Amino acid sequence: MFVISQSDKRPMYLQIMEQMKQRIAVGDWAAGQAIPSIRQLAVDIGVSVITVKRAYLELEREGVIITRQGKGCFVSSDSELASRIREQELAQHLEQAVRSAALLGVSPKNLEKRIRAIYEHVTDEEKEPI
Amino acid sequence: MTDYAIELNGVCKSYRFFELQSIALRLQRGTIMGLIGPNGAGKSTTIRILMGLVHQDRGEVRVLGCRMPDEQVAAKWDIGFASDDMRLYDSLTVGWHINFMKSIYQSWDDGYAQLLLKRFGLNAEQKIKGLSHGQRVKAALLLVFARRPKLLVLDEPTTGLDPVARHEILRELTSVMAEEGRSVLFSSQNTQDVEQISDQITFIDRGRIIDSMDKEVYLDRWRRLRLEVPDGIALPTLPGVIGIQQTGRLAVAIANAFEPHLPNAYENSGARVHAVENMTLEEIFVANVEHSREEVKA
Repeated sequence: MFVISQSDKRPMYLQIMEQMKQRIAVGDWAAGQAIPSIRQLAVDIGVSVITVKRAYLELEREGVIITRQGKGCFVSSDSELASRIREQELAQHLEQAVRSAALLGVSPKNLEKRIRAIYEHVTDEEKEPI
Repeated sequence: MTDYAIELNGVCKSYRFFELQSIALRLQRGTIMGLIGPNGAGKSTTIRILMGLVHQDRGEVRVLGCRMPDEQVAAKWDIGFASDDMRLYDSLTVGWHINFMKSIYQSWDDGYAQLLLKRFGLNAEQKIKGLSHGQRVKAALLLVFARRPKLLVLDEPTTGLDPVARHEILRELTSVMAEEGRSVLFSSQNTQDVEQISDQITFIDRGRIIDSMDKEVYLDRWRRLRLEVPDGIALPTLPGVIGIQQTGRLAVAIANAFEPHLPNAYENSGARVHAVENMTLEEIFVANVEHSREEVKA
């Protein structure tokens, strides 16, 4: 089930891209598997064809899916894809954090220290009995 | 056969207090176009002209290859039109209307009509006069949808509907796209609806088309930049930026022709770019109308 949320500030095509990647990351869409056509997915989600087309084009450019002329669309056959997608997601979050830090003039050393502190805090929390 | 389901060129129409000025519009076959604009902008007039209900003073109108208004009889077999003022017979039932349409249109899909009855929560035995506004709208749309016309022209199809009904209508509209070559033109005050289901967006204000293009391209051109402006720095005037609002050290710039280098240009002027945000169609709508009215005043 794809959910396009209006409280999500990102454009719809990005939301669709992310949810497609999620399906691959959790293993619902296996490497090499056939996926719905652009038109079919647009009808299923209830959004315009052009928006889904854009999501497919971007995912194709990222090497996540491939379109075979006359045969349809498939998840890339790269078996590392799922972990690559998770890795990418983390990289994006980190980049966002570093950007914010740079904007505030936080030094790399200081940033490192703070990340370490948060890491310890988070892993401590997980250890705590429920 | 042309590639366009609808083609308007240099279409003008003058009324005493309103003028439609040289409207040019193209709807590619197989796509959905959303028509947006403030009240009284000319959306309904444009729709009426392309349906042949109002005759233009000047300009060329072609719908499914037929010249309008001259060839409207031929064109209308393949056009499904619905608007607010569509009258159903009060004293007759929904089922009577369904049978009536079935007897006229060869393309009528009775299975689909029955499915829509269920989906829309309508009862075929019920008389029109007993229906709520929302149910009437749904009944009218059912009568149009079940004909499976090549072109759907809908003037404000979701106005006055509850969220569930609105959703149903939008779903049916997008499901039209499952069949290649069918096209939809609809006007709406609900920018969310337009943003969600349109391939093309046409923006009308004061009888003129301000923008008409691919939705993804259109949304992508607009950005909101949140800036921090240190003391003593004046923000430069940059191309593609239609407005800047500044209070204290914080400023918001709206770009309608965003380029990736725009944030750098602000950084180079001494400002800091805190965020570059996408805008919803609703936000674009307001910014666009305000901007175009300022231009008229200037």
